[in-house]
Amino acid sequence: MDYVGLMRVLPAPLDHWFSAQGWALHPHQREMLARADDPATLLIAPTGGGKTLAGFLPTLAELAEAPKAGLHTLYISPLKALAADIRRNLLRPIEGAGLNIRVEDRTGDTSSTQKRRQRVDPPHILLTTPESLALMLSYEEAPRLFAAVQRVIIDEAHALAESKRGDQLMLALARLQALNPGLRRVALSATVEDPAALAQYVAPHPAPCAVLTADPGPDPDIRMLETAAPPPWAGGGAAYAIPDVLAQVRAHRTTLIFHNTRAQAEIFFHNLWLQNDEALPIGIHHGSLDRAAREKVEAAMVAGQLRAIVCTGSLDLGIDWGDVDLVIQIGAPKNVKRLVQRIGRANHRYNAPSKALLVPANRWEVVECQAALDAVRAHDLDGEPRGDGPLDVLCQHILIRACAGPFTAEDLYREVKGAGPYARLSRAAFDDCLDFCATGGYALRAYDRWKRLMQRPDGQWHLRDPRSTQAIRMNIGTIQDTDTLKVRFARNRGGAPLGEIEEGFAATLSKGDTFLIGGQIVRFEGLREMVVEVSRDAARKPKIATFNGTKFATSTQLTHRILAFLAKGDWQSLPNHTADWLRLQAEVSDLPDAGQLRIESFPWDGREHTCVYGFAGRNAQQTLGLLLTKRMEDLSLDPLGFVASDYATLIWGLKPVTDPAPLLTLDALEEGLETWLNGNAVMKRTFRASATIAGLIERNLPGLRKSGRQATFSSDILYDTLHKYDPEHLMLRITRQEAMRGLIDFGRLKEMLERIEGRITLRRLTRLPPLAAPLLLEVGRVPVQGMARERLMEEEAQRLMAEAGLN
Amino acid sequence: MNAHAFTFCGEPLQALGSGALFWPREALLVVSDLHLGKSERIARKGGPTLPPYETQDTLQRLADALDTTKATTVICLGDSFDDDAAGQALSDTARATLSRLKAGRRWIWITGNHDPGPLDLGGEHRAETTIGPLTFRHIADAKPQAEVSGHYHPKARLRTRAGTVSRPCFLYDEIRLILPAFGTYTGGLWSSDPALAFMGARALAILTGPQPLAIPMPR
Repeated sequence: MDYVGLMRVLPAPLDHWFSAQGWALHPHQREMLARADDPATLLIAPTGGGKTLAGFLPTLAELAEAPKAGLHTLYISPLKALAADIRRNLLRPIEGAGLNIRVEDRTGDTSSTQKRRQRVDPPHILLTTPESLALMLSYEEAPRLFAAVQRVIIDEAHALAESKRGDQLMLALARLQALNPGLRRVALSATVEDPAALAQYVAPHPAPCAVLTADPGPDPDIRMLETAAPPPWAGGGAAYAIPDVLAQVRAHRTTLIFHNTRAQAEIFFHNLWLQNDEALPIGIHHGSLDRAAREKVEAAMVAGQLRAIVCTGSLDLGIDWGDVDLVIQIGAPKNVKRLVQRIGRANHRYNAPSKALLVPANRWEVVECQAALDAVRAHDLDGEPRGDGPLDVLCQHILIRACAGPFTAEDLYREVKGAGPYARLSRAAFDDCLDFCATGGYALRAYDRWKRLMQRPDGQWHLRDPRSTQAIRMNIGTIQDTDTLKVRFARNRGGAPLGEIEEGFAATLSKGDTFLIGGQIVRFEGLREMVVEVSRDAARKPKIATFNGTKFATSTQLTHRILAFLAKGDWQSLPNHTADWLRLQAEVSDLPDAGQLRIESFPWDGREHTCVYGFAGRNAQQTLGLLLTKRMEDLSLDPLGFVASDYATLIWGLKPVTDPAPLLTLDALEEGLETWLNGNAVMKRTFRASATIAGLIERNLPGLRKSGRQATFSSDILYDTLHKYDPEHLMLRITRQEAMRGLIDFGRLKEMLERIEGRITLRRLTRLPPLAAPLLLEVGRVPVQGMARERLMEEEAQRLMAEAGLN
Repeated sequence: MNAHAFTFCGEPLQALGSGALFWPREALLVVSDLHLGKSERIARKGGPTLPPYETQDTLQRLADALDTTKATTVICLGDSFDDDAAGQALSDTARATLSRLKAGRRWIWITGNHDPGPLDLGGEHRAETTIGPLTFRHIADAKPQAEVSGHYHPKARLRTRAGTVSRPCFLYDEIRLILPAFGTYTGGLWSSDPALAFMGARALAILTGPQPLAIPMPR
């Protein structure tokens, strides 16, 4: 380590402290100091590489040399928990070097007294989240509060850039940059497939942004877990692997056991404890658990009291959990880049290989895991370009800007174009958003009297009704919480809630039903004032709770690898059980291949099933399901519902499909898309998300939730009304665009249709084929609202009436 | 016509799939909780500017119900307007549509909690009204006799083999009948809500939709 070089850039007190600790700066940390005056820098470094310190070094150096009152640096991370963690870590060098630097955090959890004080007397370094920053920018005193800000640090930039939270943050930073043209940005990221694109995203447009790449360290040690029992043909629980997972936990200091969904994490945790005879201390952590419960697990983890944590993406990012020496991924990883980032969670010591094990939940996932392992070894990361910044986020930004005070359209447009994702925004699109915020933007100009935004004679826009600010502020953010209800023990009113479940799931519960939450089985007692009341239950077989949680589609690149792998016909790298399973499929039916669309049709459980192997990823397969069931309804094939996985769509109904030709012509699909797009559940879900972000639907109306649901009506009604009377409205255009690239993913459907070039084969079978079996257990079944359903309703109504003796 | 025929307090009635109630003997159509002008009221109070088409849509569906039933008397069971000011602010188009619907019909506006004041829209304005054996008012009385009311926006679910369906619904027992909300921008209250516990033990729910269906009222 070049001690002389370090002297030149680190002020003496810090330098002394670092050498007293025996710490040496990594080359990328020194490089960050040297580049302190650049307008924007992107640092890509593995976990454990001192990334965060690298981001803060220029700030510490500047503040150590010339401490001035006022906010100097904003640190923004996607996780609230990260802010508290970073604060602890920063205080060590600051206090150690005797620097007079104040560090505070400000998140949704910060008390209102503290927040008020921060607005009057801000610290030097403020640690916050994109949502809290947006909220701060909505206050009139924002220009004064942020007047002195010199630097912004964006942590976990790769994660933020994948979602609308990143888009919102970039808009907020554009605002900050306008208040403070000299603002310098540092973005910190894990390994990504396209660093240049991320640099453009985080930098103020059109400023340059250098990409620094730290030494990625040695390749990870990653394998598939060898298990005593073979994985089942179907299912997602990986319960078969529990003895082997426990053996691994025993053999390591601390293990993170990652799951793709919260429901799977709950079930696995439950089963794990049923077999945990030694009572190894194992905890659970996911986003639906109550905050207090999560914090308890985090604290136990930091204190080294846990041998393992069963978790979900909620532990994907950031916090340094100390001694993690093994990561176990349960279920197929879906996406190579995320897998690599997850693996990086093991061994936070720089330059030591991370150790990871993949546990496929069923035989199909064995194939997927094998393809993912090959990709990791080939350093072949996947990723799809994100496209331009979405307009619903821009609408929210305009409303937030209006809360802070009057503005002109010209200034705001110029500002917004300074945000990477909005660099190509047209003036017309901007004006549409402004008009939407002001009047709703309807063909029927109904709101001339009650505009939300009014234009003053001098051309400046301002809020008509100051009461609006409260609702707008409460609505800030782009994270979509589906409506959830708190779960709590009935006997223990006022006690800590256990967690939350989706309202939709709560609606399916009857008194006496059991479900899993926080690793325990509880019995549904009733609903009281929007709280799900439960009691303990000794049942062994709970219903499965559905938690909202992102379901990622397997990436295009990974599905291509899987198809190529199947086509090779050489399955030696697979365990025997899986190779046999594929052979059995080849015997009773066909294996999927890239060059054609294979369809199987078979009776099962009293209904007719049709399985379509499109290999287009979960979202596109879901779209295919919606289009096909629409066609089937038209052809009176009485579809009842379908479920999509990453590789196939399974449709069930009352009649068999024997001829796919009328269902699956490209023209019919494309034409179907137009008409179908308009009335289906996916569009409504997308609309609800976008309309909430854009401020058309308020999610947090003060007091409304308490007064009962009679007062609110479903966003589906708004969607239907808009679609009927104003089909070209901005919100519907946004919805179509969002759905096309998100839940509908028509791009990948097209890719599939082009790949098969019209080659479709249908195979009629008499029993359930091996590859289709896993689909029967997929969650996320989509009902078809057709005539078959009306018939079943009638049937059920008659039964109930007869039962009650009322017929 | 998609309707469920039933007898209430000796009178043969029809629950229409749209949520309207038809009384053939009197050629009488009853609708409740239209909440006309709801989007206007929300915008006026500084809230979001919702799609301003619900008045048009509600009136169109009312027109459809009048066309199919050929009703000669109409009772709007209260909360016809989202508030009195929303009633005053009704667009000229909406007023014209209403006048056309009212032409040649007896039209009775029952007062609701949202729209206490009489409006300058013609027709009779009543706190409640009695026709034959049936009394019509906005909110159910504690001890009614043969009463038809609205206010609660009831809805109910039905679990079928293919999943759960939820629909706005009529509720009735021996002495009272509660209508679902007819307005386009209206939500619902689950029939299992404690606020509706006063319904008799053998109460039924008639789910609205393409094919109205009676089931025991979900508690």
